[in-house]
Amino acid sequence: MAVRDRELDLLGLDVLERHEEPGRRRLTRVAAVLWPKLAAVALALGIWQLVAISGWRPSYVLPGPGPVLGRLLTDLGNGSLVEATAITLRRAVVGYALALVVGLLVGLAVARVKPLRLAVASGITGLQTMPSIAWFPLAILLFALGEGAILFVIVLGAAPSIANGVISGMDHVPSLLRDAGRAMGARGLAAYRHVLLPAALPSFVAGLKQGWAFAWRSLMAGELLVVIASSPSLGVRLQFAREFSDAEGLLAAMLVILVVGIVVDAFGFGLVERAILRNRGLGDST
Amino acid sequence: MTVVEDRPAVRAGTRAVTLDGVVKRFGTGPAGVLALDGVSLEVEPGSFTCLVGASGCGKTTLLRMIAGLEQPTAGTVEAGGRTALLFQEAALFPWLTAARNVELPMRLARVPRADRRRRSAELLDLVHLGGFAARRPHELSGGMRQRVALARALAQDADVLLMDEPFGALDAITRDLLHEELERLWQATGLTIVFVTHNVREAVKLGDRVVLLSSRPGRVAATFDVGVPRPRRMEDHDVASLSAEVTARLREEVRRHGRT
Repeated sequence: MAVRDRELDLLGLDVLERHEEPGRRRLTRVAAVLWPKLAAVALALGIWQLVAISGWRPSYVLPGPGPVLGRLLTDLGNGSLVEATAITLRRAVVGYALALVVGLLVGLAVARVKPLRLAVASGITGLQTMPSIAWFPLAILLFALGEGAILFVIVLGAAPSIANGVISGMDHVPSLLRDAGRAMGARGLAAYRHVLLPAALPSFVAGLKQGWAFAWRSLMAGELLVVIASSPSLGVRLQFAREFSDAEGLLAAMLVILVVGIVVDAFGFGLVERAILRNRGLGDST
Repeated sequence: MTVVEDRPAVRAGTRAVTLDGVVKRFGTGPAGVLALDGVSLEVEPGSFTCLVGASGCGKTTLLRMIAGLEQPTAGTVEAGGRTALLFQEAALFPWLTAARNVELPMRLARVPRADRRRRSAELLDLVHLGGFAARRPHELSGGMRQRVALARALAQDADVLLMDEPFGALDAITRDLLHEELERLWQATGLTIVFVTHNVREAVKLGDRVVLLSSRPGRVAATFDVGVPRPRRMEDHDVASLSAEVTARLREEVRRHGRT
């Protein structure tokens, strides 16, 4: 006890400033986060159901959530929707990986080389505002109707966001941390590895997250325009469902597209982002 | 304190910090500011030198030049041996725990992992933060962060420790404790310390020598040798009377440059 008191004494007055996190039970915390989300889903389904039974559109055009969810289970059960999702996801992964490499390299080069920054930094932001669908006519001319055209547009859609994340991350590394790194001998590659990149990480992950949203949208636009009949992707299913007036199948595929986008965003990037911020004492406590 | 026993009191062959006619100008033309104008100073190995002066006298610039973060416009800055710099803010890396922060300079120096781990634990013990190794900077108080920063500076195994108002933002009790620890470390290690502060009493309490800088441009206005035996206290009569003398001289400097 006396030893402990001595230790506290040595820590000085400002030990009082330290605030300990109140230990909340994990289960209650998860429940507290979960119920508003479930309530929102229930509300959305409820509104959908109301619109469906209002008779605004006949049920073969706008079926209610019940039949669509039933169809979703059927299509998942017979494997056709799973196959389509796999094809689409594979494209997403390949396209996103390419965009990641391009965005990272361009971002680092622009952050590092001043003339390059003056030349292209505003151009990168300009590219972001360009609707990805506007690239497709050119992409189809360049790559014909094939995977190449889709990947090309995914990269153009996602890479600018990723590059911008890198650039703004590097720009906002506090000069105090740069100096602290230099003063302890971090130069060249070591400075990047141990100081600059970790400091830029939150902004980089924000760029990755935004890049994913752009990639997913570009991919969907691509699959609707560049229909490759041999690869029955989610986009192809949408097109075929529309052509055959199969509203249930169409909405079931749309649900999958929505859920994949949300899941990757929330559980992929969201969790990583929150963990990073929490580690640095920047995140909220929820 | 087992950490430092293997270290000789003063490293053989260590040269003092030598500043010779150092001029530092920021910007060019009429908009440029002459921060330092012909500063010459020699720092003996193993000594504790305090630089005091009004704000804007270029104290920080001087320290940054010794640390190699800035180049002088004219004159030479020579630091014998390696330098470590302690900032006014702790400048810890927020993504690393206290222990990993202390280890980073050793990682950069390619010290093997096992040695790093052991040494960082020793250094954290030395600054009385043994139980806080796994904490992240935001979980520590201001004084604790500054201690981690001190441990991290010591991990650089430098010959010269440069300190830029490191305790300026701390409360008086925490600051007094850190003063004691710093003196103890200094006496145990034989480090050369150059300590910048605007607090005259702090300078007199800690330093072997107090160097007074004038403002805009910064020049060495006066040097005071502090003959008061250690351990010293802020309240000691000798500390107080020398502080009064230095303060009087500082006021004179401030008045001469038409600043209040």
